[in-house]
Amino acid sequence: MKIWVPMDSAAKALGADEVAEAITREAASRGIDAQIIRNGTRGMIWLEPLVEIDRGDGRLAYGPVGVDDVPALLDGAMDSLGPVENIPFFARQTRLTFARCGIIDPLDLDDYQAHGGLAGLRRAIAMTREDIVQQVTDSGLRGRGGAGFPTGIKWKTVMQAEAAQKYIVCNADEGDSGTFADRMIMEGDPFTLIEGMAIAGIGVGATRGYVYLRSEYPDAIKVMNAAVRIARDRGMLGQSVLGSDHEFDMQIRVGAGAYVCGEETSLLNSLEGKRGVVRAKPPLPALEGFLGKPTVVNNVISLATVPVIFERGAEHYAGLGHNKSRGTATLQIAGNVRHGGLFEAGFGITLGEVVNDIAGGTASGRPVKAVQVGGPLGAYMPVEKFDTKMGYEEFDAEGGLIGHAGLVVFDDSADMLRMARFAMEFCAVESCGKCTPCRIGAVRGVETIDRIAAGDAAAADLLTDLCETMKDGSLCALGGFTPYPVMSALRNFPDDFATQKEAAE
Amino acid sequence: MTFSSPAPTDEDIRAIVAPMTSLEGPLLPMLHALQDEYGVIPDIAVPVLADVLNLSRAEVHGVISFYHDFRKSPAGKHILKICRAEACQSMGGEALAESTLARLGIDWHDTTQNGAVTVEPVYCLGMCACAPAAMLDDRVIARLDRARMDKLLDEAGA
Repeated sequence: MKIWVPMDSAAKALGADEVAEAITREAASRGIDAQIIRNGTRGMIWLEPLVEIDRGDGRLAYGPVGVDDVPALLDGAMDSLGPVENIPFFARQTRLTFARCGIIDPLDLDDYQAHGGLAGLRRAIAMTREDIVQQVTDSGLRGRGGAGFPTGIKWKTVMQAEAAQKYIVCNADEGDSGTFADRMIMEGDPFTLIEGMAIAGIGVGATRGYVYLRSEYPDAIKVMNAAVRIARDRGMLGQSVLGSDHEFDMQIRVGAGAYVCGEETSLLNSLEGKRGVVRAKPPLPALEGFLGKPTVVNNVISLATVPVIFERGAEHYAGLGHNKSRGTATLQIAGNVRHGGLFEAGFGITLGEVVNDIAGGTASGRPVKAVQVGGPLGAYMPVEKFDTKMGYEEFDAEGGLIGHAGLVVFDDSADMLRMARFAMEFCAVESCGKCTPCRIGAVRGVETIDRIAAGDAAAADLLTDLCETMKDGSLCALGGFTPYPVMSALRNFPDDFATQKEAAE
Repeated sequence: MTFSSPAPTDEDIRAIVAPMTSLEGPLLPMLHALQDEYGVIPDIAVPVLADVLNLSRAEVHGVISFYHDFRKSPAGKHILKICRAEACQSMGGEALAESTLARLGIDWHDTTQNGAVTVEPVYCLGMCACAPAAMLDDRVIARLDRARMDKLLDEAGA
């Protein structure tokens, strides 16, 4: 009998370790010969801890499993959810980037290969640099960290740059609320990120890579460090990648709790051991990045998607999606939702379908009021905009951004003035201090919103003006995009900004 | 963190950071190693790191003070980080944080009188689909309510 209990940190935060211990204990006391495998999560967080058991006729899912359920679980007396693939939330997905996540033992390289792992890297090794970069361009892959820049173009710039040393830097500083896809893939299928970085290295001629991983993810740090060691021991990394003439090795570096380090130039400064202050562009990091050398800076999901593009071909990947948003979006459904988790599907599904259909509405059972899409710097979308399709251009047209594709749902108890105030407060706490509109503007923004709350009707115009200044005058997205949540709250939910004076009248 | 052991010397600091001198961009790994060892960045580390890395003391100090993680004063025995970000707010995180601070009688960044727990804000633990969440030392706990938080605080001796 094989039993899978996730070691993903969300599952652990809901008691997976205790359940695994109880299963081990209970199985031993009954003399059951059970192999317990700690896998990643399948992404249906409301069912965690989700345990799967194979009694010889396929994997059956049970969840959420508590310690008290374990005796019944082993007796076969607990109701099964059936195979995971048949659960509607899962059945509707197209899993490419997350194809293996939750299926394999994350640190078993043989299991990884048995499920298609390393096929992409082997194919890339046999290709020329130009063909590797062209393959990524043809796939239509765009940066999944938020900006949506075409990955192939970035790689081409680095490939064509002449330098004695080039770098691949993976941005794993996933600080946006509502996002956990990076964490989930690093904990559930770390070799796919390593493989993607190796392909990137071979493609652009970089021999060294770094993953800049936030310190708030202790489990992901442990898994990634272990995976890099295994990859090195097994010849997937090192002087001769899989026995080829290509050299590539990498290290995991831990951040230190600064949100702004998710911005690529600030990240590079931090990686160099400096304060995480934003750099002006140009020069582009692709030409003068880490230690002044040509550097690919890509998000975790972008890099983790590269292996499947090489495994199945660029056409297969580009065949999915909508308009200029090709491939799959790894939606992270979060906040006040009944069914939260990771949902990977081709771009083009509408916001309303995601929230009402897939997520099943709010956890509280109250009406949905707003959905913040794209993290703390993303707009609050009202229910009236639920027909917006998930796509880079489509969200842009609605005054929002898809960002890292995280969705945080709020019910009607949310006070949008408070959320706008929080956005400014967060910007003030996390500003790196380089640009005045961000450093000072965020503080003034909190004060101005407090004036609105206190009944100063004129302050709303001042806030609008301040937001324009922050948008136009900040170097990076922290100061430049904080106006998105603030202004979307103000415009879409004017009732919450009606001053106390007006309310009294 | 109680300083029952003597304050670290110049040599102690050098011994801890020595294995990292060949790294590209070694300062953050060094600071993490020092904080793992001492629970704070000891004052004496500033001139030593400046010497080892050929930086000014002001530059080293600037890096230490830039990042939320690095402490100049010792924390309590346990550090409780409560998520303040949007997804946790959508599930009542703010009220939970307020009631926790009220029970402990302290504010953000403070330590309980018995030295058991320091409470810090954190912006996202990646538990956004099972909010609200907190982290006690390295252990993440999700879908918290007041009862679970009370249990956690009891365990930590707060």
